[in-house]
Amino acid sequence: MRKILLFTLFFLFNVSKAYSLIEVDITRGNLNPLPIAVSPLFSDSDTKEELENESNIIKLGDKISEVVENNLRRTGLFNPLEKNAFLQNPDVAHLKPRFEDWKLIKAQALITGQVKFVDEKLRVEFRLWDVLAAKELMALAFTTVPENWRRVGHIISDKIYERLTGEKGYFDTRIIYVAEQGPKTKRIKKLAIMDQDSVNTKYLTLGNELVLTPRFNPTNQMVTYLSYFKNLPRVYLLDIETGIQEVVGDFPGMTFAPRFSPDGKKIIMSFAKDGNSDIYTMNLENRIVNRITNHPSIDTSPSYSPDGKFITFNSDRSGFQQIYVMKSDGSNVKRISFGKGLYGTPVWSPRGDLIAFTKLHKGKFYIGVMRTDGSGERLLTENYYQEAPSWSPNGRVLIFYRETKSNSEGEGFSAKLWSIDLTGYNERQVPTETDGSDPSWSSLLSN
Amino acid sequence: MISNKILKNVFLVFLLSFVLSACATQTKKVDSQMQGDVYTGTDTVEYLASGVPDRVFFATNESVLTTASRDTLRKQAAWLRKNSDITIVLEGHADERGTREYNLALGERRANAAKDYLMTYGISSDRISVISYGKERPVDSGSNPLAWSKNRRSVSVKAN
Repeated sequence: MRKILLFTLFFLFNVSKAYSLIEVDITRGNLNPLPIAVSPLFSDSDTKEELENESNIIKLGDKISEVVENNLRRTGLFNPLEKNAFLQNPDVAHLKPRFEDWKLIKAQALITGQVKFVDEKLRVEFRLWDVLAAKELMALAFTTVPENWRRVGHIISDKIYERLTGEKGYFDTRIIYVAEQGPKTKRIKKLAIMDQDSVNTKYLTLGNELVLTPRFNPTNQMVTYLSYFKNLPRVYLLDIETGIQEVVGDFPGMTFAPRFSPDGKKIIMSFAKDGNSDIYTMNLENRIVNRITNHPSIDTSPSYSPDGKFITFNSDRSGFQQIYVMKSDGSNVKRISFGKGLYGTPVWSPRGDLIAFTKLHKGKFYIGVMRTDGSGERLLTENYYQEAPSWSPNGRVLIFYRETKSNSEGEGFSAKLWSIDLTGYNERQVPTETDGSDPSWSSLLSN
Repeated sequence: MISNKILKNVFLVFLLSFVLSACATQTKKVDSQMQGDVYTGTDTVEYLASGVPDRVFFATNESVLTTASRDTLRKQAAWLRKNSDITIVLEGHADERGTREYNLALGERRANAAKDYLMTYGISSDRISVISYGKERPVDSGSNPLAWSKNRRSVSVKAN
């Protein structure tokens, strides 16, 4: 009897498994990344020839798969398998995978695809397969110009991530940051922008003046940042498509620490006058300036909640730098950080439930998160110097910068971008052509 | 007996100071250039005129002027009164042990502390402008308390 019961249970379990889809849990540190096989996207010989002649691109299918594979690997949630072990050819697999072959190399998910060149355009299709359940999970096709092939790779990565984790991806995005060069005492800083995977770096300023803290508009490709143009530190607005820029507002003193409101229509920033820094907003449509805080302490690093109803900022009104939350009109100011040490650079998660911050305690710098009422503080990473976290658009990853110690000659000094998952796992350096700091993550470019 | 006791005390004091100095040799140089954590040395100081230092130093996270800073600023005020055509920029700075944005505000607060003091000694505010560099322009690249103390400063720079 017992034997029968066991058998039935096993059978039920197996059945449910056969019908349930593979899922990746991203809420915990993932120590067993999902084995995934990314079969190179194949092309017929006509397409290969045409692409080579028209666009000078060789092995485009392989390159797109590589973009996908690298994106997935960097999440720490997936383990793309060694291609040499693949038994089935890409073209055959794309039509109908022989699931036993992919099971044999322990793949649980399989990506296949095809690249065609039709009317001067690239047509890329891909399929995602559940190997254990032996079924197709998703099939999509895109048409675009050949130069956009990397973006196609990022969009495919986003679709796969979303299908397997249940949350939006963050691959078709860009990072704006400050590129740094030269000695520590006379650092040359330029605005730079690159794809999320560190490719396609472009420099947006020449380095003639000091620039700091660029931040993306969450709704478009505008950027706000601090520039010391003509030795007047002011907040600027820059359209990265046209290169047109302008000073934000007409303030008789330093404006700094800018960020956009979630609807992209306002800039919130600090204005320093006579030794006191308070928080102001400027409406970009009607240019109306509002004072939000009015306190003799330093109030800075403001960041809106995603619904625009609240603002978090740091202030030393208690005597030391701490994190506060207030309503967006400046009322109901409440301190939320009460742990030991100093707290700064609060930034509201795009999901709304958490605030990421920098903490300084006993000579160490931490990047951490806490709930918006200050409870549940969790420190993700400790280092000699690191600060200024910025969220990935899905709120799962933080990017920040880290500096190293140096001697009086400046030897040993470096500034690098790093990222870490909200779980505290998967800490990795984000490569940049030069040293880098003050990273800001864009929204998804597509959809 | 009494002289013996004195001798013994002298010996103890001598012994103690020997032990202390043995411990302190490593940090003595640093200590002599800092009071609390405010820089008191002259390594980085330049002069606006003979006997008129160009900069004042601050404690960590502070913008309060020390006695030495007020003394320096009175000398600057006297020099500015004598040279009434000169205008200056006060450049406020912070050390690297803070967040970038807070340090920008702190540098501004420090430069304004110096400005306010100059004004109480009769220097008109339209002769003084203020700029903060936060932690962006250290004079000493070192990652140690002495370097940081040199970097927490407000520097008066001739603007014309």
